[in-house]
Amino acid sequence: MAEELKKDALVQIDYKPPKKGWMDTPVEFRHGTYIYPARAKNLKYLDLPNPREWSPTDEDWKLPENWKEIVINGMKERLDKYRSFKVYMDICVRCGACADKCQFFIGGGDPKNMPVLRAELIRSVYRGNFTAAGKILGRVNGARKLTTDVIKEWFYYFYQCTECRRCSVFCPYGIDTAEITMMGRELLTLLGVNVNWVIEPVANCYRTGNHLGIQPHALMDMFEMMLDDIKDRTGIKIEPTFNRKGAEILFITPSADYFAEPGMYTCMGYLMLFHELGLDYTWSTYASEGGNFGLFTSHEMIKRLNAKMYAEAKRLGVKWILGGECGHMWRVVHQYMGTLNGPADFLEEPVSPITGTKFENAKSTKMVHIAEFTADLIKNNKLRLDPGRNDKLRVTFHDSCNPARAMGIFEEPRYIIKNVCNNFFEMPENTTREQTFCCGGGAGLGTDEMMEMRMRGGMPRANAVQYVHDKHDVNRLTCMCAIDRATLTTLMEYWVPDVKVTGIHELVANALVMKGEKERIVDIRGEPLKEEKGGDNV
Amino acid sequence: MAKVNLGGIEIEVDEDGFIVDPTLWSEKVAQALASTEDVPTMTEEHWKVVKYLRDYYQKYNIAPMIRKMCKDTQVDLKHMYELFPTGPAKGACKIAGLPKPTGCV
Ligand code: SF4
Ligand code: SF4
Repeated sequence: MAEELKKDALVQIDYKPPKKGWMDTPVEFRHGTYIYPARAKNLKYLDLPNPREWSPTDEDWKLPENWKEIVINGMKERLDKYRSFKVYMDICVRCGACADKCQFFIGGGDPKNMPVLRAELIRSVYRGNFTAAGKILGRVNGARKLTTDVIKEWFYYFYQCTECRRCSVFCPYGIDTAEITMMGRELLTLLGVNVNWVIEPVANCYRTGNHLGIQPHALMDMFEMMLDDIKDRTGIKIEPTFNRKGAEILFITPSADYFAEPGMYTCMGYLMLFHELGLDYTWSTYASEGGNFGLFTSHEMIKRLNAKMYAEAKRLGVKWILGGECGHMWRVVHQYMGTLNGPADFLEEPVSPITGTKFENAKSTKMVHIAEFTADLIKNNKLRLDPGRNDKLRVTFHDSCNPARAMGIFEEPRYIIKNVCNNFFEMPENTTREQTFCCGGGAGLGTDEMMEMRMRGGMPRANAVQYVHDKHDVNRLTCMCAIDRATLTTLMEYWVPDVKVTGIHELVANALVMKGEKERIVDIRGEPLKEEKGGDNV
Repeated sequence: MAKVNLGGIEIEVDEDGFIVDPTLWSEKVAQALASTEDVPTMTEEHWKVVKYLRDYYQKYNIAPMIRKMCKDTQVDLKHMYELFPTGPAKGACKIAGLPKPTGCV
């Protein structure tokens, strides 16, 4: 936990570059800045190469004998297949516009966390092996040879990038360093060099449908608890259905929504909202995960894991899919699902059964974001809301990287929040919307052994929260991403301990006036509604 | 992965000291793990929580949510931290021989 890191230990940031040039500065694996390697059993489960026991601090990483050939062939294959990769390798003019835009550089000071240099780690090998100038001129041309030190460097820095794409917003050429990181991780995966925090959820997902490895009976146990809590707080007994054939809508959300705090309060919000609407929908114990850690592994893995969404929709015969408050799931759904798993022509173009609104933007994927769905309900006056029930909360909103930069979904969450809360305050402009700062723990970095790097990378976000906390007494940080709900909680504990983290539909749950409810004296967490601010400890 | 001596037997543990094979757990192993998690003596209350975790794990193959754990054992979160200073997820689950959870948690 973050407490192990001393308070203020990270305030001093050393921006002084190392004495030698970057090619001559090898990586040093220091606890708190790297992630444990994938367990052999998880790699075996997924049929991924080179399962073995090893540690990044070992001198010998036990790479396959022909590892160089594997990397070069892997690069060649990807340069041919993904035009973007080839273009990104060629067109960077090293203008430096991106250099100070990455939160890991801002909070850590390591020059190799400047996006331009992160990309250069792989570009230098590209030049040395795939360009005539690089082959002849070598270092003068910024080219270098592939050595085991290069592999170690890739591992270190491609897992200090959260694939958040903030840098790409500022690049005049639109170079997306996140995609370069993704390529780097794919190449490393060919050698069996990957991290357990990503590969274990992937293996779990493959086995049980979700990251945490929750089997159907355990899932039911969780729902029983949430339903009991809802009854306790509202007096209303809800009976959702699971795996129900013929339902109109299939609902898919990250498993952390029903298996972790504070996600479960958001999940209780979904349950209450759908009940109140009388929505004809079903949960699935198979498509029981919206998240897709395949995105942090390889394109092949994205496809393998994501296939269950359409497969389950088809099996149950639903008309369309509604998706919960997840971040990277929407990057996959929005930017990859149609091509990788589609076309889903067995589904219908989504129409809200409550308002009749056609979700034109979901025409191709047939999958609607819950923020769009709920905002549309509010706009059409379909919900009775009492924002006063959230009056003890002073709320700000963190745009999660993927919904913001991959989907451009900025207005809907704010519209909902402003309708269910009376006290809403924006963080400074250059830290929100498409310029939002990452939580510091996305893309598979959200594990405890990575704590120092997470707290450093999350520092710019925490700073902005501190600002609204000081200025407006903000005590709640809202977000719509399950990784955020976990990582921002830790980040706040470290940097701004008076601020707690919340999903949007938790706020909806508090404000939603339900038919036949008893007088609400506690919020959905079971804490007094009318408490003085600041006293909302969990 | 490293092997360490816990309660008289050699057991494989991961980087954070969680035992790799939950079936090798015994009360003796738990005692030994407790001393690594700032729990000098295992009281009846400690055992109640640890046994609850084992039962839950055996039934569901996963650790319970912390809130559920508090509810079912009637130990509130504050007291849980008094019992297990390194926390319910890290401390109590480790002593009970459960694996570390992964994902968006
Ligand atoms: S902003 Fe774009 S072109 Fe400029 S250095 Fe960064 S990646 Fe290269
Ligand atoms: S994608 Fe995000 S984390 Fe990666 S280099 Fe760019 S700004 Fe940094």
